[in-house]
Amino acid sequence: MDLTIAIITGTLIGATPLIFAALGELVVERSGVLNLGIEGMMLIGAVTAFGFAFAGYPPIVAALVAMLAGATAALLFGVLALTLMANQYAAGLALTLFGAGLSTFLGHGFGAAPLTAITEVSIPFLSSIPIVGPLLFRYDPMVYIAIALIPIIWFALYRTKMGLVIRVIGESPQSAHAIGYNVILVRYLATLFGGAMAGLGGAYLALAYTPLWVPNMTAGKGWIALALVIFSGWRPFRVMLGAWLFGGVTILQLHAQGFGIDVPSQLLSALPYVATIFVLVVISRNRIFLLKNFPMSLGKPFHPGN
Amino acid sequence: MRRLTLEQRLHPSVAIRALSPIAATLITILAGSAMFYFLGYEPLGTLRVFFIDPLTSVYGISEVLLKACPLVLIALGLAIGFRANVWNIGAEGQLTIGAICAGGIALAIGEKDFGFTLFIMVILGALGGMAWASIPAFLKVRFNTNEILVTLMLNYVALLLLSYLVHGPWRDPFGFNFPQTALFHSSAMFSPVLPGFRVTGSIFIVIGAAIIAWTIVTRSFLGFQMAIAGKAPRAGLFAGYRDNKAIWLGLLIGGGAAGLAGMAEAAGPLGQLLPTISPGYGYTAIIVAFLGRLHPIGVVFGGLLVSLIANGGESAQMYLGMHSSLSQIFQGMLLFFVLAADFLVFYKLKLVTR
Repeated sequence: MDLTIAIITGTLIGATPLIFAALGELVVERSGVLNLGIEGMMLIGAVTAFGFAFAGYPPIVAALVAMLAGATAALLFGVLALTLMANQYAAGLALTLFGAGLSTFLGHGFGAAPLTAITEVSIPFLSSIPIVGPLLFRYDPMVYIAIALIPIIWFALYRTKMGLVIRVIGESPQSAHAIGYNVILVRYLATLFGGAMAGLGGAYLALAYTPLWVPNMTAGKGWIALALVIFSGWRPFRVMLGAWLFGGVTILQLHAQGFGIDVPSQLLSALPYVATIFVLVVISRNRIFLLKNFPMSLGKPFHPGN
Repeated sequence: MRRLTLEQRLHPSVAIRALSPIAATLITILAGSAMFYFLGYEPLGTLRVFFIDPLTSVYGISEVLLKACPLVLIALGLAIGFRANVWNIGAEGQLTIGAICAGGIALAIGEKDFGFTLFIMVILGALGGMAWASIPAFLKVRFNTNEILVTLMLNYVALLLLSYLVHGPWRDPFGFNFPQTALFHSSAMFSPVLPGFRVTGSIFIVIGAAIIAWTIVTRSFLGFQMAIAGKAPRAGLFAGYRDNKAIWLGLLIGGGAAGLAGMAEAAGPLGQLLPTISPGYGYTAIIVAFLGRLHPIGVVFGGLLVSLIANGGESAQMYLGMHSSLSQIFQGMLLFFVLAADFLVFYKLKLVTR
């Protein structure tokens, strides 16, 4: 029973950074922009958050500054991809490589110094109910925030005018431009939002998930978040499902190692990456699903013309 | 009223295409100097350590060539794929698998000297990289799976596989439990071009590859078809070129080049398999490919420049106590500015009165 609880809670915690980063990228891609720099923005967020927490600021401040740092990194991408109309693939990769270098540099003084992590909530009475308490009421606040963000983003995208404008711009920037919307501005705002969310995902890694700083500690989580967006068919609720799936695979392989299952640990560690490929294959073979869902202008630069 | 508008240059001249990476390099150096200044280093002296000092000795030049070899080789392959819009981000993994395949046969042969061990290793290294790259190619062609994500995920898988091998079955029994294989026999290694220097005979493979890549890109119908697949896929379809061919070729060429580079690292400066074969050459080569504007000649110069920065970073670490990741930041900035400079290649700012 304890093990089942540990696996379920571990899954929810492991899914949290993925939910943040993937929800951000989902909004970015809905506006027609493909930012491959999530991994870099998460690293910048992680090192910033760690640095501020290390300097004694409360976790909430550290997380907010990490969001700002992620958005600033996204701004670099925006200037290249939106204003200068550079190839979005190349600009995103540049951001990932730059973010890896910058975060390693900024973090080299931190070493493996521990810090006060974000701690679990403790709700009187509720948290102490057996089974239900640990399953529902004993997470750190970020886990709840991530889950709460899913309906919020869904509502913003599908039930508000702002969401409609973002989606129209993703489908047909020409039409949106023709009715008078500022395509580039909206895409900038979406890109900044995506950067802030990736920064928050990175902050979660450095403040709660493994409360320490290690260079390249995201270990591909930014790319898995990108895969989640495709898996979700660009829909928020399916992002959550996908994130739980990957959180679950990650936690299961950790427990399998703990059980001493006779498979080399490296091969077990490869499981989440192999699972990502597998899931992508399953989703992508259904071309109609992808065609129906993916923003038609994704990755194509828009130039307002004369 | 006057305002600035953008006009697309339909046929950017050769001069501006060649000038833009040079301009980007200069701007990177300026931005880098500012960065040094704010970090409390004296900019001019630091620039000298980065860009001049490595070139003032034969040993320094040999070290620049040593690092440039894998970068150029991988970037040549990647550039051919990028031209066809095939986004292979998996060179790091393909390099690792190339090293594993070549290293495996070197370890199996052990102390016996057949005289053609190295030749077999070259073939296996390239085939290993191609095999690893064929996974994303197959998945893309058959299931329409995004090759960026598949190649990237396979990087992690390849590194974990290497880690498993050197910690487990391939570990040197006399290696004091260090995660490394036995040293290769001398017949399974490239010999240095000059005694006492680390740059090896594999440099001739790189030169050969550059010539072949140049021929493919500029002189062959194949290169033309691949370029069409990248620039105007629909036009290609009407002309009867299949997209699938570009995907397969783009990934196989990139994978083969990366596998060869991994093999040359294992059979060159390393002489054995270690938990990491490359300090991220597979990723840095992406910068090199763009710095070279995806053209083989440009890639050669780009590889030399990026290698110079990497070596400069090492001297800066040694002599100025700078952190080694600074050269990574430098490389990232370089790619930003290269992409930004492209704007002036493809667009013209015009002041219009109306």
